[in-house]
Amino acid sequence: MFNKLFKSSKATFQTFNVLYLVLLLGGALYALKKFHNYMDIYEEVILFGSVGFFSWLGWSWNHFKKIMILVFVTSLFAIQLYQGALNNNEQVFLLKYLISSQSAIMWMNVFFVLSLLLYWLGLLKENNLIDDIASSFTSVAVLFGFIGLLVRWYESYLIGLDVGHIPISNLYEVFILFCLITSLLYLFYEEKFNTKKLGAFVLIVINAAVGFILWYTFDRHADGVQPLVPALQSYWMKIHVPANFIGYGSFSLAAMVSVAYLISSKKILTSYLPKSAVLDDLIYKSIAIGFIFFTIATILGAIWAAEAWGGYWSWDPKETWALIVWLNYAAWLHYRIVKGLRGSILAWWALIGLVVTTFAFLGVNMFLSGLHSYGQL
Amino acid sequence: MSFAVSMLVFLGIASIIGTILKQNEPYENYIIKFGQFWFGFFEKIGLYDVYHSIWFLTILLFLVLSTTLCIIKNTPTILKDFLVFKDSLEEKSLLSFSHHLVIKNKKSVNTSKILYYLKEAKFKIKEKSKENGDVLIIAKKGNYQRLGYILTHIGVVVICLGGLLDGNLIFKAQEIFGYKKIETLDLPASKVPEVSRLGISNTSFRANMTLAEGSSDNVAFVRMKDGYLVQDLPFKITLKDFRINHYSTGMPKSFESDLIISDPELSQDITKTISVNHPFTYKGIAIYQSDFQDGGTRLNIKLRSLLNPGNSQKIEGKIFDKVKLDKDQITYEFNDFKKFNVLHLKEGEKEKPRNVGPSVTYKVRNNAGQAREYLTYQYAMPIDGRSFFISGMRETPQEEFKYLKIPADAKGSIEEFMLFKDALQNKTLIEAVAKKMANQSASEDKNNEVKESFEKSVIKLMILFAQGGFSKIAENVDKNIPDNEKQKAVQTYLKIIDIASSEIYKDRLNLPNKELNQSRIIFIQDALNAYSDMFFYGVPYYFELISYEQKEASGLQLTKSPGQFWVYLGSLSLVLGIFSMIYLHERKLWLLIKAKGGVILALSSNRKNIDFENDFRKLIQEIKKIIH
Repeated sequence: MFNKLFKSSKATFQTFNVLYLVLLLGGALYALKKFHNYMDIYEEVILFGSVGFFSWLGWSWNHFKKIMILVFVTSLFAIQLYQGALNNNEQVFLLKYLISSQSAIMWMNVFFVLSLLLYWLGLLKENNLIDDIASSFTSVAVLFGFIGLLVRWYESYLIGLDVGHIPISNLYEVFILFCLITSLLYLFYEEKFNTKKLGAFVLIVINAAVGFILWYTFDRHADGVQPLVPALQSYWMKIHVPANFIGYGSFSLAAMVSVAYLISSKKILTSYLPKSAVLDDLIYKSIAIGFIFFTIATILGAIWAAEAWGGYWSWDPKETWALIVWLNYAAWLHYRIVKGLRGSILAWWALIGLVVTTFAFLGVNMFLSGLHSYGQL
Repeated sequence: MSFAVSMLVFLGIASIIGTILKQNEPYENYIIKFGQFWFGFFEKIGLYDVYHSIWFLTILLFLVLSTTLCIIKNTPTILKDFLVFKDSLEEKSLLSFSHHLVIKNKKSVNTSKILYYLKEAKFKIKEKSKENGDVLIIAKKGNYQRLGYILTHIGVVVICLGGLLDGNLIFKAQEIFGYKKIETLDLPASKVPEVSRLGISNTSFRANMTLAEGSSDNVAFVRMKDGYLVQDLPFKITLKDFRINHYSTGMPKSFESDLIISDPELSQDITKTISVNHPFTYKGIAIYQSDFQDGGTRLNIKLRSLLNPGNSQKIEGKIFDKVKLDKDQITYEFNDFKKFNVLHLKEGEKEKPRNVGPSVTYKVRNNAGQAREYLTYQYAMPIDGRSFFISGMRETPQEEFKYLKIPADAKGSIEEFMLFKDALQNKTLIEAVAKKMANQSASEDKNNEVKESFEKSVIKLMILFAQGGFSKIAENVDKNIPDNEKQKAVQTYLKIIDIASSEIYKDRLNLPNKELNQSRIIFIQDALNAYSDMFFYGVPYYFELISYEQKEASGLQLTKSPGQFWVYLGSLSLVLGIFSMIYLHERKLWLLIKAKGGVILALSSNRKNIDFENDFRKLIQEIKKIIH
């Protein structure tokens, strides 16, 4: 049932491609026409650069394209429902219960939790139908998550024209981004390697982030839109932060697959899980893609730092820990590619890598002080 | 190789130390934290500036060297492999490949079809006919992957060298040989001797400069260890104006400085506004908005005496200046003024932070040189549904502020408290109130003696309170009353103080014989508490800010970094290298087409993984299809 929504058929393939491109390019052109007075050249470059990036992603991965089309259409619909007044998110039925920013994010949380449960059920019962449903639920969660973020972006401008900004500026927002990117990466490999058995593991780390989002929302009440501090008011944020989170997401994915690898090598669940060679390859591919994006993100961060803080490298704790994460995975790849190391050592190492990454992402903000103090808990 | 890896691990650990111990703090902080002995030891091994210490730079240098050696060692092999087609392989060696295939076939093989297929599959091809009539086809693809190795390693070396270029190696050398010295005394820039100055020709620096509005300067300061160096600039910078814009929530939205840059080489000055994320570069020197502080705000202050109503006085001051009160033998030193204070008044609850208005930080120093630090807000702020004037005091910078909370009256002013406080110290009024209270209680009890003694004890109690608040009463109870009666006595005393203060309050506010409403009762309680806390406030005056004339100063950072270009170039090389190493798959293929019929095929790669297996399977299928 849910699966059908995302299943491809040849007749609609071309239609989707065209529709997708029209949406992307049309959206960008419309934004340029309407808002070019508020954008500088860099933001225009980023706008069309993202059209290119999303086209390429959609072109090479059909499933992503479908999610994106649904995201665009639903978000535009939600924005129409607001009619320019923020309090409509409490008045209009559809907004209040489904697609206002807060509600959509809550639905995302719900579907992630359900996916985790279903993936485990599917794994233990060896039931492919349940796996399919779990996978679809993950897609639905991603759908809601993106709608939530895009609508939040719009909502931030309703709060105040000077308050509005892309929703990747504080911990609450980047945790959502983390969930989305990690699940997209997972869904991609799920399709490519034709195995739905790893969702049970990958969804654990995503649900940890969901737990954090819930705690942040209900206990800390920190889910509100905050205006940007001067240092964050830069177009660099739009590329530095997502690039970083592709890195974090991939490293997390690799670590969770490593857990599956290690469990399987201990003869637990071995018959339920993909072959260890497949897992091994998946760990490598995931770390490789994460490493590239993390490298780019760190370099972009340096360029941004040179513009905002007066130096491309200040040995700020966040920078230093980014370097440590980088060195860690550089060594990992070095041992695998150049020295040909394989097996459970690398899996353990990828798992420890997640601990280091998590410290760089969260621990630095919690325990160390420095210039990157936006993500304070 | 393992040497390089252990260096990397060491580098990682050293980096971690630098993130755990806060770097480049003033040395006093470290002394307080570690004590004199460890302070000296840690200083020797450079823990306060790990990333610029000799040993850290040495590790970096070693890494650069060993990486360079790697490049030198491996580049010839890689280039050779990149350029050359290995065409000398014989049948035997092809059969020894782990991935090979022998296709037996009687018919002659359609070579051109195979070549066409390989071209389509993006292989680069070389054909070689052997003497015995066999044909060897050598095909390669993805061999830029090998160049990736060179690109990544060159990238790392170039980045490190760029970083070293921007480091302070040259100064370090000059310091060791005694050409330069860090200045540790607090001197005006013009008095700093040549040995602690960095000339205009200095190629790389990161310096700071603080300019008050309307002032100008042509030197900046480089903070280093426990002192500083003066960096001369080839131009003069004037700060015309500094602005902070705020969001409606009170959070700062932007910091902007209007600068005028005067260069003797130019006929006209350059006017430029800089802000965070928008620096300005002139003559290779980038000027950043880095922070801000007070630039000497003028203050009009009323010092309201807490103990002697006649002693209140007005003074005028300026931030960074001092005012001495000869009569009290104390000196006010004004340290900082803040026009906006965005505070989160309710902890943990969902309430937006709000702006509570201006505050002044100052020190009050006595003749012995001891000072207490104070932080006083101009306006009353809402706390727990009431409104208080807040003034913090601490004796050392390590302590948290302890706050004196004076209740504001219904008009939001401090006057009512001052009136009440003066009344509490008024002996005539206390006596009148005591008499009244005695008479009221005497209506049931006609004994004059009891009445008089009650009156006396009320007077005594209230005077004691006037002299030292609740703590004085507690002290008295401790001293004079036996243990088993203490609790009862305290209760009685508190009740009497309560009634007497209410009477005093009513008298002063002309509310005779009226029931006080709840908010006034709470006010009296808060006022009595504030009155008692007053005796621990450390200074006999309440600091009331009447008006101010703000003057701000902008903190600029000036950097010259010739290494930046190289770091970016190295980064580009690094990214390209990583990309080709990971996403290009090297494949080498040999096809020996035998004159007698039959084909031997061998595929190799420097990395054997799932992708390689898949490619091999696909290749076999295609070749078989072509041959049969």
